[in-house]
Amino acid sequence: MSEARTAPEESRPMIEMRNVQKWYGEFHVLKDVSLSVQRGERVVVCGPSGSGKSTMIRCINRLEEHQQGQIFVDGIELTDDIRHIEAIRREVGMVFQQFNLFPHLTVLDNLTLAPIWVRRMPKREAEELAMHYLERVHIAEQARKYPGQLSGGQQQRVAIARSLCMKPQIMLFDEPTSALDPEMIKEVLDVMVALAEEGMTMVVVTHEMGFARQVANQMIFMDHGEIVEIAPPATFFTTPKSDRTRLFLSQILGH
Amino acid sequence: MNGAATQALGFQRGYRWARANLFNSWFNALLTVAIVLACVRIALPALDWAVVRASLNAPNIAACHERGGACWAFIVDWYRFLLFGRFPYEEQWRPGVVIVIFLALLLATCDRRLMGRPLAALWIIGLAAVGVLMWGGVFGLPYVETDLWNGLPLTLILAVGSIAFSFPLALLLALGRRSSMPAVRGLCVLYIEVVRGLPFIVVLFMGVQMLPLFLPPNVFISKLWRAEVVFILFIAAYVAEVVRGGLQAIPRGQFEAADALGLGYWRQMRLVVLPQALAISIPPLVGTFIGAFKDTALVTIVGFFDLLQDASTGMNDPTWRGAYVEAYAFVALIYFVFCYFMSRYSRYIETRLGKGRR
Repeated sequence: MSEARTAPEESRPMIEMRNVQKWYGEFHVLKDVSLSVQRGERVVVCGPSGSGKSTMIRCINRLEEHQQGQIFVDGIELTDDIRHIEAIRREVGMVFQQFNLFPHLTVLDNLTLAPIWVRRMPKREAEELAMHYLERVHIAEQARKYPGQLSGGQQQRVAIARSLCMKPQIMLFDEPTSALDPEMIKEVLDVMVALAEEGMTMVVVTHEMGFARQVANQMIFMDHGEIVEIAPPATFFTTPKSDRTRLFLSQILGH
Repeated sequence: MNGAATQALGFQRGYRWARANLFNSWFNALLTVAIVLACVRIALPALDWAVVRASLNAPNIAACHERGGACWAFIVDWYRFLLFGRFPYEEQWRPGVVIVIFLALLLATCDRRLMGRPLAALWIIGLAAVGVLMWGGVFGLPYVETDLWNGLPLTLILAVGSIAFSFPLALLLALGRRSSMPAVRGLCVLYIEVVRGLPFIVVLFMGVQMLPLFLPPNVFISKLWRAEVVFILFIAAYVAEVVRGGLQAIPRGQFEAADALGLGYWRQMRLVVLPQALAISIPPLVGTFIGAFKDTALVTIVGFFDLLQDASTGMNDPTWRGAYVEAYAFVALIYFVFCYFMSRYSRYIETRLGKGRR
């Protein structure tokens, strides 16, 4: 894999997208997307639905395939090579809108599955690790339950812990609070803020602008498959350059 | 409260229950009456025939006819042939033990403490013992060729073997049919559709009677194993479609979550997808297996002495000529016991898997 790495360890961005293009049939979902995320950086992506923001972050761990351009994750280029894809997926955790916990396994087994089968960790060690992360997301007492017995907010926290058990370098969040009842959003955001404070590299697709203001280093606004604006939150929220950004912000912050 | 009052209360309760459950509308009242009448007209004569006027001990069928009831004496006289067919008479304790082993294995399968590896080990040991007992040739047991494995042991060996071996093949076919590789997918679709498009009897006949014509002369596969292979290949196509149904019910998010965690294809299938898909597929799966169990009776047409053929042979005995209802009732009872067991077992697994999920 070393030959695929491009730059020295420290200076190299964790995620780099160069002129990425993607089509669904005739529909152009990603138009010339370029983006660079440094180690420890928190990027929040927002934009109207259908703007391609989910598709973009799903390209980072190859849940979606891009058709043109290049994507590098921790210096490894994403190609058809299954070894590259697996290497990248080991380093990139993902949290989904619908949680996607495995309903036939207990919470604990959900967490230990990948460490045991992908990282080849002994079961005891994997369970200790799992309990550690369950405590971090304040849900250790639910370890023996099945996902279906938990509330949405609890399930999402389990899903975050499940990703963390693989000790990823990067965490991707695809609208992690959109499927939650309002009273449960905060418990999930609190966990994400704590994660950000520990220096995790994060790319978060969300409409939670309070969260974005609190943790983001960079704000990205996408519309119709292209990145319209990239700016630090201070300027992004106060003096957006583009009219489209200004319109979007007025719509979601207006009430 | 005194006795009369308790009794009156009991009647009142019974009356209320009957009103609520049996006579709550004119249509249901009509149905209730019709069913009760039908029971009286059918069940009573049947009971009279099968129990009251039946003969357990009789020298021949004429003696039974004098009493006018079922001639169970025929079964008593012929049960060893019905169960074991032409297996050497003095050695028939061996298939007898085989039946007991199968029943014990089925019971062990119901014990949740044995689930997983211990159960698999038990089945392997049990089947090895079945092989030793049926074949013999070791431990001082005389050798018995497979053509003489008749009756219930034959039925069970065909059924258990075809269900056990068709299942893994079916899983591969079902996964293959959903594969992203066009060649794999095409082959699986072709196999499944061709097999499902052929009548079973044709395939059985070709496999058992015609296959030897195409094999080199020095290769000999006994008829039993030719039939077994036909069963396995045939049932697998049906089971594969059932499993595919289960696979299609698994939401995309499950695959994506497994992908994102870095689980490769086979681990994803084994750890995440199949456990869920199979849990959903249990009712149709068991239905298919019950069908397969009963289909083993079709080997009669290619000259096997399975349970059904043994019964047909028995009822041609001049002493008992005409005892066909008794013979078929006996066979039907055995089939029913096994099929009912499978059906109950599927319900049991379903409730167990249902606990605490979704």
